[in-house]
Amino acid sequence: MLAFILRRALQSVGVMLAVGLIAFAMFRFAGDPVNQLVAPDTPYAERLQIRESLGLDDPVLVQFARYAGNAVRGQFGNSYQFRQPVSTLLGERMPATLELALCATLFALSFGILMGVYSALHRDSVFAKVLQAVSLIGVSLPTFLIGILLIFLFSVTLGWLPSYGRGDTVRLGFWTTGFLTESGLRALILPSITLGLFQMTLIMRLVRAEMLEVLRTDYIRFARARGLTTRAIHFGHALKNTLVPVITVAGLQLGSIIAFSIITETVFQWPGMGLLFVQAVQNVDVPIMAAYLLLVALIFVSINLAVDLLYTVVDPRLRAVRRPA
Amino acid sequence: MSTHRVKTRSRIASLAALALGLSLGAAPALAANTFRFAFQGDIKSLDPYTLKETFTIAAHGAVFESLITRDKDLKFAPGLAESWEMPEPTRYRFHLRKNVKFHDGSPFTADDVIFSAERVRAPGSNFQTNVPADATFVKVDDHTVDMVLKTPNPIAHFQFGGWYIMSKTWAEKHDALKPTPAAATTPSYAALNANGTGPFVITEHQPGVRTVFKKNPNYWGKVESNLDEAVFTTIGNDATRVAALLSGEVDWIEPVPLQDQNRVNGNPGTQVISSPELRTIFLGMDQSSEELRGSNVKGKNPFKDVRVREAFYRAIDEDAIVKRVMRGQAAASALLIAPPLFPLAGEFKRPAYDPNRAKALLAEAGYPNGFEVPMDCPNDRYVNDEAICQAITSMLARVGVKVALNAQPKAKYFAKILKPNYDTSFYLLGWTPSSQDSHNILYEIAGCRNDKASPRGTTNLGNYCNPKVDEIADKVERETDQEARNVLIKQGYDIIQADWGYIPLHQQALAWGVSKKVKVAPRADNQLMLYWVSKEP
Amino acid sequence: MAIPAPALRAETAHRPSAFARFLDSDLFASFRRSKLAMAAFAATLLLFAVAVLAPWISAQNPYDPAQLDLINANLPPIWEAEGQAPFWLGTDDQGRDVLSAVFYGMRLSLVVGVLGVLVSSSIGITLGLIAGYAGGMVDTAIMRIADVQLTFPAILIALIVDGVAKAALGGHLDTDATLALIVVAIGLSFWVQYARTVRGSVMVEKNKDYVQAGRLIGLSAPVILVRHILPNVTGPVFVIATINLALAIITEATLSFLGTGLPETMPSLGTLIRTGNRFLFSGEWWIVAFPGLALAGLVLAINLLGDWLRDALNPKLQ
Repeated sequence: MLAFILRRALQSVGVMLAVGLIAFAMFRFAGDPVNQLVAPDTPYAERLQIRESLGLDDPVLVQFARYAGNAVRGQFGNSYQFRQPVSTLLGERMPATLELALCATLFALSFGILMGVYSALHRDSVFAKVLQAVSLIGVSLPTFLIGILLIFLFSVTLGWLPSYGRGDTVRLGFWTTGFLTESGLRALILPSITLGLFQMTLIMRLVRAEMLEVLRTDYIRFARARGLTTRAIHFGHALKNTLVPVITVAGLQLGSIIAFSIITETVFQWPGMGLLFVQAVQNVDVPIMAAYLLLVALIFVSINLAVDLLYTVVDPRLRAVRRPA
Repeated sequence: MSTHRVKTRSRIASLAALALGLSLGAAPALAANTFRFAFQGDIKSLDPYTLKETFTIAAHGAVFESLITRDKDLKFAPGLAESWEMPEPTRYRFHLRKNVKFHDGSPFTADDVIFSAERVRAPGSNFQTNVPADATFVKVDDHTVDMVLKTPNPIAHFQFGGWYIMSKTWAEKHDALKPTPAAATTPSYAALNANGTGPFVITEHQPGVRTVFKKNPNYWGKVESNLDEAVFTTIGNDATRVAALLSGEVDWIEPVPLQDQNRVNGNPGTQVISSPELRTIFLGMDQSSEELRGSNVKGKNPFKDVRVREAFYRAIDEDAIVKRVMRGQAAASALLIAPPLFPLAGEFKRPAYDPNRAKALLAEAGYPNGFEVPMDCPNDRYVNDEAICQAITSMLARVGVKVALNAQPKAKYFAKILKPNYDTSFYLLGWTPSSQDSHNILYEIAGCRNDKASPRGTTNLGNYCNPKVDEIADKVERETDQEARNVLIKQGYDIIQADWGYIPLHQQALAWGVSKKVKVAPRADNQLMLYWVSKEP
Repeated sequence: MAIPAPALRAETAHRPSAFARFLDSDLFASFRRSKLAMAAFAATLLLFAVAVLAPWISAQNPYDPAQLDLINANLPPIWEAEGQAPFWLGTDDQGRDVLSAVFYGMRLSLVVGVLGVLVSSSIGITLGLIAGYAGGMVDTAIMRIADVQLTFPAILIALIVDGVAKAALGGHLDTDATLALIVVAIGLSFWVQYARTVRGSVMVEKNKDYVQAGRLIGLSAPVILVRHILPNVTGPVFVIATINLALAIITEATLSFLGTGLPETMPSLGTLIRTGNRFLFSGEWWIVAFPGLALAGLVLAINLLGDWLRDALNPKLQ
């Protein structure tokens, strides 16, 4: 058990090191960093001096160690565009992205489960078929097209919901939140739907499949034979049993929701990390790109690790299977 | 409806405050009169010497002040200098306003003027030409400063409106003595913080997201504006920006995309304020490199041949650009300056569009099948800039010239083509002479760039060079008789046109989208001055 | 008629058997049972044909600036009052025919998609074969890389590859280089699934008698891999490729939409949607609507086909 946890933790560290190496390579070799720091007419001698002061002549391994050390302390250098430390910029934008990701996940979970349960219980109804078809279309439409469609419908044509930004935010210490104002909450609706739609269809399909499977098992038949109400069977037993895999998937998807927020944030001009990243790619702002990569990797690795650990706690079979490995 | 909304909002807020045991700083903001405005780009830097870009300068204008300012009709008005005079032809004397304080509380004195005069002309400043290079500033007393010139210059103060005064003690304290160059990437305190004497104070600046201006309670003068607060947001996407105005999320946007103007006017709460702008959009060609960068013509530069330049001029159907790309919201121009700024502008006519003549000229010059040339174009700077460049690409293609269009965001575009890189073969640029005077055009846009020490020709990116223009420019600078001066200027423009040195396109119309609750003062130089903005609370 | 007799004979001699075998197969039977699959197949075929034939069926070449004329700018579709032939679906602000731009854009999307799939499948199959056959350290290394990569969404990888290449190559790229870059970015984003599938099959196959026999008679590893093991994994690889084609098309469109893909002078469907988005308010809806519909239709058709193929080839579901 302990060995397994250790192994997973070590693997996670390995992954972070690998991603760190890529980030460092971007930082170090994509364009001459000196060029990014000085005016183009800086004399050669001064450039050499800056080179030295940045430690660019040290062995690559030493440089990587220094970069990794700085990164661990949250120092990623300065953005070329904004002339501000990248860590400050990411810190300012993180609340926007995390709040959006949270709302999108909640939306995906609630609607995905509801629709999944419905289409499992009423498998042959017309509405269930419609839901299935809609879910396939939802998977096929690119995220940005969905966002544009929603803006066109709800902002342009109907004028109900805002089309950009976070609305009014309230600052609580280092965190800015849109949850406490009406305009902040309204601004969350369209981006959350856009971002969560893909996950919603995924969860809906999963719930439906799991439900159908569970409903066929013996113990549900047994429960029915015992004369429990349909309602109790469906929600007390069947749904409960489908939720473990659903929540696992939702957890694993949280990471990709954060990454996919890149697109949603661009469509809605949402001032989060994803928009920052897209602007960095457009403007070749390497320090932001490298730091964002590391941050997203960290989020992914942590989630994966947490899910792995939870599994071993919850499911004794896995412990047995994995221990000899 | 609206009271209900406010109630819900405050209920949510108080609930939250209760739950968190916090008093919310946002609560009093409900009563504040807040003006929200959105622009397609960012306020590039808070350092007033970084970038000569209209929107950025205008935003600085709310926070900083200049010795001499310009009123709503662009006429000179006293700013931080209560008055000024010329005791002798080479000496200006400025009497500074007393009891003026910077936002950090330090008093404004002659030392700040002298410091700012040095800083604005230091390497890395984008405003070097705003203050004459040969001028020395002398402190007479704490509130009197002399500007001493080597040669008489009646227009030496014409560009002072864009030269904002910074605090010397503040700059020393925060290691901000040197101007922040536009190309710099290192953090600079002055680029992220502002300390001026103006009617507004910047309380929050999140680059690329938002900037908050608050009323300066200690301002020395009376302010027309009734705003307590102004919040600036960058909204890059055209459709999103318009949607924000239509739904009332913001009170002012720039630009209103041409295609959306009817919609903004049709909406009951909003209107488009449109008037011709002083900015001239034009094309420039690299006429000094021995070989044209990025072209398939090797060993020579086709643009050195006057016939090629004429061919380019004649191949471009400016009327079609005005009518289609600009949807009529532009005035075709024969000159590099807008007609209101030059009384004799009416005597110039744009040479006619003539693609056949263009083809013949190209053949004569030795390019019967045309040639390839890259073109630099911004895609977020002027009205429909990239669309104009695409249209020009099509028009040149029809006379055989293959243009490789490189349309980029303005940050990258300016870094590539401006001093010191001058890395362009063919480009589209827009220019408003900051002195509102033709001398600036003859000197900065059409002056030879050959003397590296002189700021002459700083923005002559293709280095069009005719020594006769330089001579005339120098005469214009000294000439005090208005009529004689205009005749001289006309001679200068005649030479540029005869040389086919530039291809002027048009003056675009200024298009602000404004909520009807808001009163603004559109000025011909397109600057939004917060101190003239009022809003129904 | 012009085909030389022997070739024809070889064709006819060979073809009926393969064709007959196909007609006889479960795959075809399942295809004939599913109306949806048939519709999707027909739609995909039609869209491919449009893409291939774009230069011959378009009113203009939207990539040739000389053919764009401002006089034709902003025309509505033909059924509206100001519509004009031959611009059936209207024109954009440059006088570009929307229908032609959609045809060419579809062509570009499919070229990028197919090339991207080819690159990713070649990388994936090669690494999968090597990992499965070699085992040990090599296997562990390759599969760990795959694990890491799998945690990153493709769009993020593609954006990073794009950004890094631009930084390394100095900012501006011409259109061909951009196209190549996008293909590589997509290729590097989607190889993992192939590698995992192929590796799994190789692990199963390599201990079977015929492989052992091949080894005994002295066939080299590459020969065994390519000639004997590879054919056994074509089914699953084909399914992955179909689904990935749709993903690759979406990825390209998204990159172009985010402004890091193909430029406005050589628009793909994604670029057309990005630029057309500007006209959402002005009533010129056709500039964004038709490219959007084309993209959605293309992806949906391929997805349906992939869905069906996966179910049809999966013995568990039959």
